Amino acid sequence: MKKLITTLLGTSLLATSALAADVKIGFVTTLTTPAAVIGKDMQNAVNLAMEHLGGKAGAHNLEVIFGDDGFAPDTGKQVTDRLVKQDQVDFVAGYIWSHVLLASRKSALDAGKILISSNAGPSQMAGKLCHENFFSASWQNDQTPMAMGEVLNKAGVKSLYIMAPNYAAGKDMVAGVERTFKGEIVGKDLTKWGADAQLDFSAELAKAKASGADGIFVFYPGAAAGAFTKQYHQAGLKDNLPLYSVFTVDGISLPKLQAANFSGIVGSKVTQEWDPSLDNVANQKFVSDFKAKYGTYPSFYAAQSYDTIRMIAAAVEKVDGDMSDMDGIRAALKSADYDSVRGSYSYGSNNFPVQNFYLREVVVDGDGNWTTQVVDTVLTNHVDPHAADCKMK
Amino acid sequence: MDYTLFVIQLLNGLQLGILLFLVASGLTLVFGILDFVNLAHGSVYMLGAFICASLTFALGNFVYALLISLPIVAVIGYGFERLIARPLYERDHLDHVLGTFGAILVIDTLAHMIWGPAGIAIPLPAALDGQTQLAPGIVVPTFRLAIITAGLIAAAGLYWLVNHTRTGMLIRAGASNRTMVTALGVDIQALFSFVFAIGAALAGLAGMLIAPITEASLGMGNNIIITAFVVIIVGGIGSMKGAFLAALLIGLIDTLGRAFLDDIFKLFMSSSAAENSAPAISSMSIYLIMALILFFRPQGLFPPKLR
Repeated sequence: MKKLITTLLGTSLLATSALAADVKIGFVTTLTTPAAVIGKDMQNAVNLAMEHLGGKAGAHNLEVIFGDDGFAPDTGKQVTDRLVKQDQVDFVAGYIWSHVLLASRKSALDAGKILISSNAGPSQMAGKLCHENFFSASWQNDQTPMAMGEVLNKAGVKSLYIMAPNYAAGKDMVAGVERTFKGEIVGKDLTKWGADAQLDFSAELAKAKASGADGIFVFYPGAAAGAFTKQYHQAGLKDNLPLYSVFTVDGISLPKLQAANFSGIVGSKVTQEWDPSLDNVANQKFVSDFKAKYGTYPSFYAAQSYDTIRMIAAAVEKVDGDMSDMDGIRAALKSADYDSVRGSYSYGSNNFPVQNFYLREVVVDGDGNWTTQVVDTVLTNHVDPHAADCKMK
Repeated sequence: MDYTLFVIQLLNGLQLGILLFLVASGLTLVFGILDFVNLAHGSVYMLGAFICASLTFALGNFVYALLISLPIVAVIGYGFERLIARPLYERDHLDHVLGTFGAILVIDTLAHMIWGPAGIAIPLPAALDGQTQLAPGIVVPTFRLAIITAGLIAAAGLYWLVNHTRTGMLIRAGASNRTMVTALGVDIQALFSFVFAIGAALAGLAGMLIAPITEASLGMGNNIIITAFVVIIVGGIGSMKGAFLAALLIGLIDTLGRAFLDDIFKLFMSSSAAENSAPAISSMSIYLIMALILFFRPQGLFPPKLR
């Protein structure tokens, strides 16, 4: 009896919102292990986006349910299954790691959900495994290192040593820089990755130094970034082996590097599709509100997560909350008709963004904080190299 | 093969081996003497790193922070023995595993609450932050030499303690025959607490030494504890000498595998196949060694003489 009353009460309370047809978003990211530092940044950005939207897409309430992938593909798949089956979300979004996304994609797509990556961009899902219900709010893995390859050519680097973690994205990053870099690759190390990732790079750095390369290209996201940069610094390689990195020196690692005063990193250059200094209204609002609320610069992970929520909200608004109108939702997402913090961009045939990639430099801002700013545009309206393998037109 | 690179890699392997020894020695002491499986040993390693990191920022100097952190970690080890380990001694190994695994979860969550998920980078004093030239062409980061030195000093101190002091004699006696030692009127509980505290201090020291290289981070202890178990299994459980030699062996195999395996593979397979298989094989190498040792010498390389 008591239960019945509670149910009735609940129904009457929900009556108003039931008319507005709630839309649920499942957001999978890493909230435990040291990589949780990235997940936290993404979660902050999602919460900020919800706050900016007032929790609504037009007249429809949005709800975000977070899931923790524990930095492991099997856990990521489990949490995706749970979001799809138990929480019955309408959109599955998030995913930092390519191997987690690859393991989870079927769970979301087979259930007919819209899947949006807020970071990972594995080559497989841009090519052969492309899907009409999968959209990227970030980039394809190869693109950022391809931009770096162009930068290396321009800088006159003739020989390169490469280090990356041994997992799906690490391999894509290496393939990306090899695609555009015209010089010789004198050595390559793929190191152990995951919750028990290798963080001591003594053997690899000694090899890199002995190789006599003109520069070293690395991809070490998250907690590994700090470890790598410190060891690079301690090994005294700054002068004879300049560092060229992607997804390593970013809004996540800079505050920590600054706290430990690794001044060698100021002035180093990285490539990215977004930067806090990009001059558009949406970005200015995002960056200043994020800083005011959380006290640090947002990272690119945060920017892409913010965009993910904005893009879902715009699509829901366009179909007026009718989640059965899948064609309408897909068309709305594909139009990229929302105020992205990276500026306007479009979608290619494989539902990956066709966008610019910038060269960013680490600088000290007016308040003495370390951040990045755009110094050059390296690639304009760039289409990823795997789009041709995608059968969708 | 380039000999200077080989020497540098040997030093890197030595450094890894010494860190492993610091963790494994406490584990083997506790396992060998107290017959207690302590999975949470790695959590002390992590706590050492975090406490040292906080103190480094508070005091402005890594070396002072390290010297102050050592007794703190020893006290934590002592408290852990009194509160968590002691009630579990009488039970079987599975209960030890469950109890200490629970302790790992609690300590990890506490560390997450205190220090946050981000991990802490520790700045080094200028004297340790540079490079040292040992011989022409052999330039290594000074701090890595400092790790080797500190580790060897700790190992020598432990050797002296166990083999040349009255306490050490009691520890060895306790390892051989616990009942007899108690019957002779030795306070075995106090001895066990002392062993636990020493083990914790050594693991904490390892964490403090690695933190300026890899950062203090959550879960760092869980990664090394598995390798430390490999070390004590290879060395022979309860044997200090075995732990030392096995730690150096594992450190060298792991480092040299990462350094040279792809070049060796390239001699007989295509370079892309070598690039793909070498990282996989080198991360497996220490477990392959363990499997081989278990097959041919199940008691480990240097088992303690009396049990």
